[in-house]
Amino acid sequence: MNAAPSNRHNVRLERVTKQFGSWTAVDDISLTINGGEFFSLLGPSGCGKSTTLSMIGGFESPSCGAIYLGGEDVSRQPPYKRDVNTVFQSYALFPHLDIFENVAFGLRRKGLAKAEIEARVREMLALVDLAGFAKRKPGQLSGGQAQRVALARALVNKPKLLLLDEPLGALDLKLRKQMQIELKRIQNEIGITFLFVTHDQEEAMAMSDRLAVMSKGRIEQIGTPAEVYDHPATEFVASFLGASNLIPGTVVERGKETAVVRLEDGALIRLPVAALQTGDAEVKIGVRPEKFLVLAPGESEAPGWNVIEAVAGVSVYLGVSRQYMMESKTGRPLSVYAQNAGRMGDIAPGETVRLAWNPMHTFAVAANQTQPEGE
Amino acid sequence: MRRLRGKLAPYLLSLPSWVYLLVFFLIPLCSMLGMALAVGNPLTGYILSDNFQEFVTAFNNYQDAFLRSFWYGTASTVITLAISYPVAYWIAFYGGRHKSTYLFLVMLPFFVSFVIRVLAWEFILSDQGFLLGPLKAIGLLPRSYHLLSTQWAVIGGLVYNSFAYYVLPLYVVLEKIDRRLVRAANDLYASPATAFMKIILPLSAPGVFAGFLLVFVTNVGDFVNAALLGGPGTYMIGNIIQDSFFESQDYPMAAALSSMLMLMLMIAILLYSKVFGAEAIQEYAA
Repeated sequence: MNAAPSNRHNVRLERVTKQFGSWTAVDDISLTINGGEFFSLLGPSGCGKSTTLSMIGGFESPSCGAIYLGGEDVSRQPPYKRDVNTVFQSYALFPHLDIFENVAFGLRRKGLAKAEIEARVREMLALVDLAGFAKRKPGQLSGGQAQRVALARALVNKPKLLLLDEPLGALDLKLRKQMQIELKRIQNEIGITFLFVTHDQEEAMAMSDRLAVMSKGRIEQIGTPAEVYDHPATEFVASFLGASNLIPGTVVERGKETAVVRLEDGALIRLPVAALQTGDAEVKIGVRPEKFLVLAPGESEAPGWNVIEAVAGVSVYLGVSRQYMMESKTGRPLSVYAQNAGRMGDIAPGETVRLAWNPMHTFAVAANQTQPEGE
Repeated sequence: MRRLRGKLAPYLLSLPSWVYLLVFFLIPLCSMLGMALAVGNPLTGYILSDNFQEFVTAFNNYQDAFLRSFWYGTASTVITLAISYPVAYWIAFYGGRHKSTYLFLVMLPFFVSFVIRVLAWEFILSDQGFLLGPLKAIGLLPRSYHLLSTQWAVIGGLVYNSFAYYVLPLYVVLEKIDRRLVRAANDLYASPATAFMKIILPLSAPGVFAGFLLVFVTNVGDFVNAALLGGPGTYMIGNIIQDSFFESQDYPMAAALSSMLMLMLMIAILLYSKVFGAEAIQEYAA
């Protein structure tokens, strides 16, 4: 069980569009998933991620564009001929077959020898920690066990690509965290390319090597979790992945490395020029809540850091941090996480404080974009 | 006191059913079995005896009719299954929001009296009827060709009349099958035909089984179709029982024949469940 990751196993979508009547579910998306990669499609419900998955699995065919699997165009290939297997959200285990036969189903269709089927199914059941369950029926399993059977049933075929359609959605939080680690372990062990679909940004960030954020049938951004989180390309990505504070402003100076933006309340802040994605003067600058440092009265900021003033509001104690709802001078809500490291006492509501942050931790998005909906 | 009442409640609630079964099933059954052993005639009355002669006579005289009944019953049930499975499948899988309308259409002919429906078939199948008439006129069939009075007319009538009784149990099981299972099977290299054989068919087995029993038992004992669409050569055991009862008024013979039919059906059902049924149903329930 050590199929080495290889580029022959990559997946490529080329300008894929899917229309249902007049509704465009997937709108001209292109992306490449490398062999052996754990890749996630992340987005709210209705963003087209599941339709994309269906097209790669062969359950829908694209209206335009092509899907390549290891260099071969599979756009018109029916699902039962594709070297792709799926872990379904509902698991879709066959209720009349026992666990062994469920896992053996794909191998039997391929017409493998009995002894080989037996060996591979046993090995796979051991891998997902269900060795003693071969004779059980799906109805006798817990949600987490059924989930692992669904995974084993797909993986035993050693596909070029494994599709996972929100497979953890039906599990409770604790089991979900366990399965996230379990999935990563299994993927490391067998080296098959995983394409994971989820609406849970935390899950996508925790598990993925790279991810694509989708909205309204389009890909908003592709990158590693850190790239996408720290440098969101659009306002949608900034708001969908974690909390972010966005403040409109105007670019007043573009230096070689540093640019200066005048915020709506008149404060001047610095940020790397590279963070400005367009030449537009009007932008929204963004800072993640945990990047703010609340300065104690009289404390001065580190040299070169940006500072704004804010009025503290209510706060929530979260153990590792205290989350403050604050307001900028212009009344814009700001979210601030103060690490619970005993730097200073709690801030009373109504108190005016100064918030400092490193210019490196500033990002900018275009000014006229819409907020994500749903969620 | 309350605990006692709690324990008795299920029995009390089912009491009406027990009384019903006692009065309308168990007592008539015993009286039928008794009648089969009785000697006498309608005028002088009957005395219960240990006379098994009726069974011997019935067996010797009517073997053909018994065999024919089981043949008609089996043939008509198999044909009904072959016709109703695609219909039930289509309604369950492609009926969309009109499912109940389609089911209603399947049921619609059954709002007409049974006898009228069979008479309509007599008209349809008649030698110069609108089915055979044109075919004979253009020379596709010889003038002497006829369907009425043949076994196929009787089997056809039985099929027609049991159609809805097979569609319904099949629909119920097919409708319950999760369509995503087919998708999962396709994902695991099963072509649509294989997915049907490996997933849909096994999961619908309880419906196939239940419908088979329902239709087979009803059709083996039927006499109306044979009486109206058949001829002298298509006498089923139901017709013999009816004749014994109403024409020759040989009650012991009618009772003996009925008892034998019941026994044979029970044996057939037991064998059938042993071979196909129990496992399919248990497997599905597990």
